[in-house]
Amino acid sequence: MKKFLAAFIAILAICAGLAYGSNQLTKSTGDTGNKVLNLYNWGDYIDPALLTKFQKETGYHVNVETFDSNEAMYTKIKQGGTSYDITVPSDYMVQKMKADHMLIPLDKSKLKGMNNYGSSFMNKSFDPGNKYSIPYFWGTLGIIYNDQSVKPGSLTHWNQLWSKKYRNDIMLIDSSRDILGFSLISMGHSVNTTNSTELVAAKNKLNRLSPNVKAVVADEIKMYMAEGEAPVAVDWSGEASEMMSQNSHLHYVVPTEGSNMWFDDLAIPKTAKHFKAIYAFLNFMNKPENAAQNAEYIGYSTPNMAAYKLLPKNVRDDKQFYPDQQVLDRLQVYSNLSPQKVQEYNDLYLEFKMHH
Amino acid sequence: MENKASKTGKIYITIVFLLLYIPIVYLILYSFSKGTTMTNFQGFSLKHYGELFADKRMLAIFLNTILIALLSSVCSTIIGTMGALAVHNAKRRHERETLLSLNSILLVSPDVIIGASFLIFFTALKLPLGFWSVLLSHIAFEIPIVLLLVLPRLDEMSPSMTNAAMDLGASPSQILSKIILPYIQPGIIAGFFMAITYSLDDFAVTFFVTGNGFTTLSVEIYSRARQGISLEINALAGIMFIFSLILVGVYYVIETHNTGNGDKKNIVEVTDR
Amino acid sequence: MKKNFRGLFFTPYVLWLGMFVIAPVALIFYYSFFDIHHNFTLSNYQEFFTSGTYLTMTANSVLYAFLITLFAILISYPMALVISKLKHRNLWILLIILPTWINLLLKAYAFIGLLSHDGLVNELFQFFGLPVQHMLFTDASFILVAAYIQIPFMILPIFNSLTDISDSYIRASRDLGATKWQTLTKVIIPMTMPGIKSGIQIVFIPSLSLFMLSRLIGGNKVITLGTAVEEHFLTTMNWGMGSTIGVVLIISMVIVMLLTNTKRKRRRA
Repeated sequence: MKKFLAAFIAILAICAGLAYGSNQLTKSTGDTGNKVLNLYNWGDYIDPALLTKFQKETGYHVNVETFDSNEAMYTKIKQGGTSYDITVPSDYMVQKMKADHMLIPLDKSKLKGMNNYGSSFMNKSFDPGNKYSIPYFWGTLGIIYNDQSVKPGSLTHWNQLWSKKYRNDIMLIDSSRDILGFSLISMGHSVNTTNSTELVAAKNKLNRLSPNVKAVVADEIKMYMAEGEAPVAVDWSGEASEMMSQNSHLHYVVPTEGSNMWFDDLAIPKTAKHFKAIYAFLNFMNKPENAAQNAEYIGYSTPNMAAYKLLPKNVRDDKQFYPDQQVLDRLQVYSNLSPQKVQEYNDLYLEFKMHH
Repeated sequence: MENKASKTGKIYITIVFLLLYIPIVYLILYSFSKGTTMTNFQGFSLKHYGELFADKRMLAIFLNTILIALLSSVCSTIIGTMGALAVHNAKRRHERETLLSLNSILLVSPDVIIGASFLIFFTALKLPLGFWSVLLSHIAFEIPIVLLLVLPRLDEMSPSMTNAAMDLGASPSQILSKIILPYIQPGIIAGFFMAITYSLDDFAVTFFVTGNGFTTLSVEIYSRARQGISLEINALAGIMFIFSLILVGVYYVIETHNTGNGDKKNIVEVTDR
Repeated sequence: MKKNFRGLFFTPYVLWLGMFVIAPVALIFYYSFFDIHHNFTLSNYQEFFTSGTYLTMTANSVLYAFLITLFAILISYPMALVISKLKHRNLWILLIILPTWINLLLKAYAFIGLLSHDGLVNELFQFFGLPVQHMLFTDASFILVAAYIQIPFMILPIFNSLTDISDSYIRASRDLGATKWQTLTKVIIPMTMPGIKSGIQIVFIPSLSLFMLSRLIGGNKVITLGTAVEEHFLTTMNWGMGSTIGVVLIISMVIVMLLTNTKRKRRRA
């Protein structure tokens, strides 16, 4: 009993020490308690140096909390109990949150530098007139291949993925909309189709892809491709740029039939409280030099054209991540689907995954 | 037990230990790589450790994680041990079965379900999300594992021991502190360590019930996956691992020093029978 | 023990049961009767038990969880047995627990690095003149990595009950002329059954709903109930269907508990 008591007291003492230490650390990062901004972001999705700079310029300390999927973020904000000021939903999620009255409209009179954004990235179907969202990063869905096994320039169509050449060679990103999406595009349908016949046809076509599919994985696909585990993958451009920085044999291509174009956007959730800080932050991120610095840190494509001009030439000229207008014209943005359609997409997708 | 481990036995555990530690060594090794990922080792460098120590936010998260782990494990060990006594003392069989089934529900429910229902629960109670909600949740899902590790020892304890003590006029609290607790001590310690494991490893529940700037290491690691996990995290894991290795060493030295040699409780056992 | 003493002791645990077990379970049951449109319905259950997808998934989950548990026992039992005979056995058991303190995702990434096409293991194979193996995305690698994760959880309860066996039993068994093997199978294993059962409960049930490893290492070639729950809660937000699977998991857990707890042995009474 004595021993237990001693251990108990020792652990409590350690805990007190830890609490003190973490308190001191939080203080030393400049968290004063009143001038704050609560940012709810994907993990490691903003240059930390920018947060320091923001605090120096405006005095607002940014508390960062992180999420790992749009849906998890949605659940968290919908349930309340938190006080996030800014969140970073993707395109279809902006539309969903808007429909569920979970976003606060932007006060355009308080925003500066909105004309920095390229017209191709504004006024999209998920948020007409950008009433609720400012694009943060954008990208495409495409094919990554390793030039050690695939001849550069030879893979340019979605349909080529079904070729016997790529038996057990392809890795897919684990996302129902994207996988059914490219199958739909390859058949000339819209990625937002609600026509069940088209969807079933797209799934049946995917089932025929099964012998070529090596695995269906998520974020770890970067590591697999960089390791050379598979020669071909279907993934987003952001992930592609990440893996290409690790393995110079990898290349990214957006198939000529078109593809999906995705956005991550800054938006104000209904839980927001610190509006002065919010607009200071949005204006700060609109500034070309800050957006450019962030784009260089993250490695994704920026929609801020003034920032784009500040990027190094080799980045600007990279057609893989900043494609020509004619490619941009063929890209489709996801719109939010009704819950039963989302379920239908996912059920079909699950059947495809279980097919092999 | 008196018979010593045989040679083949020793070879066997050496191999299993090697296999258990290879992935850990691998990821610690990469924390010294010049590169940015766990793929190609690119020469020795300490830069990830430099990044880590400059990252005050990460260090605060790290301390919070340990704090939650220790505090929740202590609480859950106490409550879980009490629960084990409750189950052990259940008079009827179905009473015991019911308690045990209820106990294990949190072990079987997928984390997402637990997290989501705790979130609904806390917001319904208007409890602010943050440190306390995370602590409560961790205590909650650690209790069943503690109970499952303590209960078998209680069940193996012969009732004659407590009966004899009672006949000799020992009070219930004396029986508990002098007989039961020392006997089930290994179970309690195992439960405590497993509770720490559950706490450190949990992502989904913590994610749902946290808020107001409070984050743990797991949540940070999982949400970094989309951008790629930097080797700074490996460095942190490495430090944590070495640190706990040292702690275990120190604990062990103190332990053997205190108890002299051999296990006291075995002596108790033998005299009992 | 006296009544009032017992009552005092039960309070925190019963409180916990009420707040963190009964309440969430009630919630899960409640949700399982609602469809996406928040209408009260039994259709979730109907779908679960009539759709081939979910039944196959259940069968898969049970099969893989069984294999993982089996492997874990086969590796853990001898491990616990040998460690319990070592001089510094408490130190060794702590060293078994330590690897579980490293984040699962990090360990999984380490495994990807080790097992991949150009990984360390294949380099070793090549060094010994063996052909390069494709080890990832196979059932074997999934089961092995899952067993790796679960082994400490299995060793601990078995070790716990092993340390409890007094020497006198083993001596007695030997004095009566039993061989080492007979002592093991007739004395030691039966006496450690409570530990083995605990281990099975700790390992088998959570293995039914693994989804991280089945994706990371298994490449989603193995789809378990965990994958579906994850999807229903986080992708389609069909909490009704997700909860239904949760209910099925809870019921199957109760069945496993009843099976592993059939007799409450009072062998030393």
